[in-house]
Amino acid sequence: MSQTIATPPTVRLDSDVIGKPINRTDGPAKVSGAAKYAAEFGVTGPLWYGYIVSSPVAKGKITKIHADEVLAIPGVQQVFSHENVSSFAWFDRAYKDDVAPGGSPFRPLHEPEIMFNQQPVALVVAETFELARYAASVLRIEYDVEKHNTDLDSVIGEAFDAPKGKTGFVPPPKPKGDMNKAFAEAPHKVAGEYIHRAQHHNPMEMFATTVDWLGDGKKMKIYDKTQGAPNVQQYIAKIFGLSTDEARVISKFTGGGFGSGLRPQYQVFLAVMAALELEHSVRVVMTRTQMFSFGHRPHTLQKLRIASDDQGHIQALEHKALAETSQFENATETVVNWTGILYNSPNTNFDYQLSKIDVYTPLDMRAPGAATGNFASESAIDEMSYKAGKDPLDFRLLNYTYSDPTENKPFTSKRLDDCYHEGAARFGWDQRNPEPRSMRDEKGMLVGWGVAAGCWDASMQKAAAKAVLSADGHLTVNSATNDQGAGTYVIMTQMAAQTLGLPMQQVTFNLGDTNMPAAPVQGGSWTANSVGAAVKDACQEVGKKLLKLAQKMDDSPLAGVNFEDAQFVDGHIRANEDITRSVAIEDILAASGEDKIEADGKAGPNPINQLKYSMHSHNAVFVEVKVDEDLGTIHVTRVVNAVAAGRIMNPKTARSQVLGGTVWGLSMAMMEETYLNNELGRYMNHNYAEYHIPVNADIHKIDVIFVEEEDDIASPIGVKGVGEIGMLGVAAAIANAVYHATGKRVRELPLTSDKLL
Amino acid sequence: MSLQFIQEPLDKATPHVVPAQAVTLNVNGEDHTIQIAPWTSLLDALREYMDLTGTKKGCDHGQCGACTVLVDGKRINSCLALATVYQGKKIQTIEGLGTEENLSPLQQAFVDHDAFQCGYCTPGQICSAQGLINEGRCKTEDEVREHMSGNLCRCGAYTNILSAVMEVLHDGDVVVDNGVLITVPVASTKASSVE
Ligand code: FES
Ligand code: FES
Repeated sequence: MSQTIATPPTVRLDSDVIGKPINRTDGPAKVSGAAKYAAEFGVTGPLWYGYIVSSPVAKGKITKIHADEVLAIPGVQQVFSHENVSSFAWFDRAYKDDVAPGGSPFRPLHEPEIMFNQQPVALVVAETFELARYAASVLRIEYDVEKHNTDLDSVIGEAFDAPKGKTGFVPPPKPKGDMNKAFAEAPHKVAGEYIHRAQHHNPMEMFATTVDWLGDGKKMKIYDKTQGAPNVQQYIAKIFGLSTDEARVISKFTGGGFGSGLRPQYQVFLAVMAALELEHSVRVVMTRTQMFSFGHRPHTLQKLRIASDDQGHIQALEHKALAETSQFENATETVVNWTGILYNSPNTNFDYQLSKIDVYTPLDMRAPGAATGNFASESAIDEMSYKAGKDPLDFRLLNYTYSDPTENKPFTSKRLDDCYHEGAARFGWDQRNPEPRSMRDEKGMLVGWGVAAGCWDASMQKAAAKAVLSADGHLTVNSATNDQGAGTYVIMTQMAAQTLGLPMQQVTFNLGDTNMPAAPVQGGSWTANSVGAAVKDACQEVGKKLLKLAQKMDDSPLAGVNFEDAQFVDGHIRANEDITRSVAIEDILAASGEDKIEADGKAGPNPINQLKYSMHSHNAVFVEVKVDEDLGTIHVTRVVNAVAAGRIMNPKTARSQVLGGTVWGLSMAMMEETYLNNELGRYMNHNYAEYHIPVNADIHKIDVIFVEEEDDIASPIGVKGVGEIGMLGVAAAIANAVYHATGKRVRELPLTSDKLL
Repeated sequence: MSLQFIQEPLDKATPHVVPAQAVTLNVNGEDHTIQIAPWTSLLDALREYMDLTGTKKGCDHGQCGACTVLVDGKRINSCLALATVYQGKKIQTIEGLGTEENLSPLQQAFVDHDAFQCGYCTPGQICSAQGLINEGRCKTEDEVREHMSGNLCRCGAYTNILSAVMEVLHDGDVVVDNGVLITVPVASTKASSVE
């Protein structure tokens, strides 16, 4: 396996830890129940509980809240609503978080108007959880109901071009050539419409906040479920006019996020508001039903047209999408661009629009936009390959691009071709009979094999870290980043250990506390790259200080050695030229008399270098399905997911990311749909029993292949991130396999049995 | 133009809420006496009154398995159990299976196989797997998959959960056929080599 740290002083050695399948450092805490999530921290003094009351109507106005009736119950402390919550921040921009889309953010308990079903309308605070829940259940609220509209189909005519401005959103590429003419004249063509409805993130841990009221002015420790403590802190500090000292946000463990924790959710506002008003510690936890009351993957309608010549070269490519957004914000995703990045065509047209309905604002959900666009485009490409008389894999290879056609820039690296070859070999693609309905297993079930490709951004954000090497030789590195399950704890420990040549046990990495150096929210697959580079920088700065101290020692063997010419290995600093010129870090610390050596590190994008390139990760997914035609049931029996995402820091945790992504893709393809009843304006299946996600019995064999890339442009540490890429390609490969098995093309997700029968 | 809608309460508000009562629960071999309302779930009793937060709440409706604990060796959803009913029973939670410093074989197998990501479903998965092993019925991969399907994992760690459970179930004698990891080393992929 390759080991290339782009900058000195590291060299490849057996003691290297980067690239090794090392167990998670936070593993023992998680499997023993010791890991504390937001609702599990103890507080100073007694704790009160807040229970959220949600609106049963989608649009209207609250006319009366009978708070007096529940306030009469002994132990109920307060009922908060728009009637008694003072307006904290006058301007709604105070409610804008780091990743908010354009528009006017939702302000909880701010006014009597109802803008979406399940809008939080009151918070009942009581001395026990049981009492708060009971009191909330008997709270009477009167509404004036207005007519809502939650039907996206009815507002297609009101679509508008999606505005720019949200982090990560790239507007559709400019058209090329003459799409209509090329499509009309081409010998082979496909056109199709693709649909999926809303999907909800549903991380296992429900959103929760515990506010520890410290009894020292307005000082609080805010334990929150989030993918980014700093984002929550700035949101809370702005709204309530608090200092960063007063509003310390802590998030040590996050029970899944998948995008739902990118923006601060309303329970953190409610918990902090209640704590400030009551000057008391408060805990607020959403219910599973309330987990369907905020962001979601937007219901999206897509249209694709593709045409090719007789040789199978794409001549015309059009991808249009229309997504829902709320009345108050314009949630945008990059949906259609990926199609243009994956395939070259002389004539293209791309379009992405929004329409407003009476729901909460959609929110980035694992591989946002890409998962949506990818299902449609990779289904259409597959259909096109049959029309052109080509094998679906050959067709993709024939239309492979070596540079990004949407920006006319080379890729920093792209080994999608190797993903195709390695994946196909592992899967046994050459055994495939191209004819639909031609393959059956020993039990007579129809067998289908499908393939699809995926593409995601390799991106970097600003991040910072601090490294402290104490006199006993223990290295502690801190950064206010997050670990929602991605493996941040272990890979940052590896990065720090590797940079200073220390054993893993001698290194501790801490995260999730706003008292630590700032880091971006965990999303977009940018954490490994951004925070990893900051951790490396901080450790290198410590290394430079250590080298200077070593050179101050009597008869230092390292006299005159530059930092660039030194290596940090096995607890020693050594000269590259002559590794017998070596000093133990222990000895340096002892001789220096310092009780610790510390340094700050930072990292960020390098636009001068990076703007010349297109930076992406890719994958190729091969799927086998078995279909029982009598029952319409589909089983995904085998998946090979081949991923090219730069260097892999830890194959064990990176593989888990891809396994998780594969399960997500399967889930999107076959199960997930939040059913919106337009009469009521309400998501109906708002619980885990009716919102289906896979269980253990649904998941079979998944092979993961990492095709490593060397890339020191996309990232100073060669990393592209694997959080989203593993999900891509999966849903389309399943739909394509189902077509191969049955001859039936399903363009509407999820692929439930009723659509096959 | 507008319609009146009154959010009907589930019940009439009453100022006479049943007072908390003393309940003694034997958890992980220790008796705990707590003052709780009679309708307190075993899950909330553990988490909110005994600071045993290893047991997780994922739905509170018996739909996810995150709250799985062992009662007299059998797995149950503690969110569907009233605490008071479990007086006199032997309750075992994740904290009773092993500690960070001294993991049980199942806990260690979960770490070794990376059978979790966020870790939130994990205590429930492990208690459920322990219950499955205690039951002694399941042997094959398909049986284990089926009998571990009451525990949702939104992170999708299912294949690794299967590997971990099978390892402990068969003392490491069975190799599970649920997928491999292959790493293809770097070739020349530098931007300069682009056509
Ligand atoms: S919390 Fe008990 S089953 Fe979900
Ligand atoms: S590890 Fe996150 S839900 Fe299972």
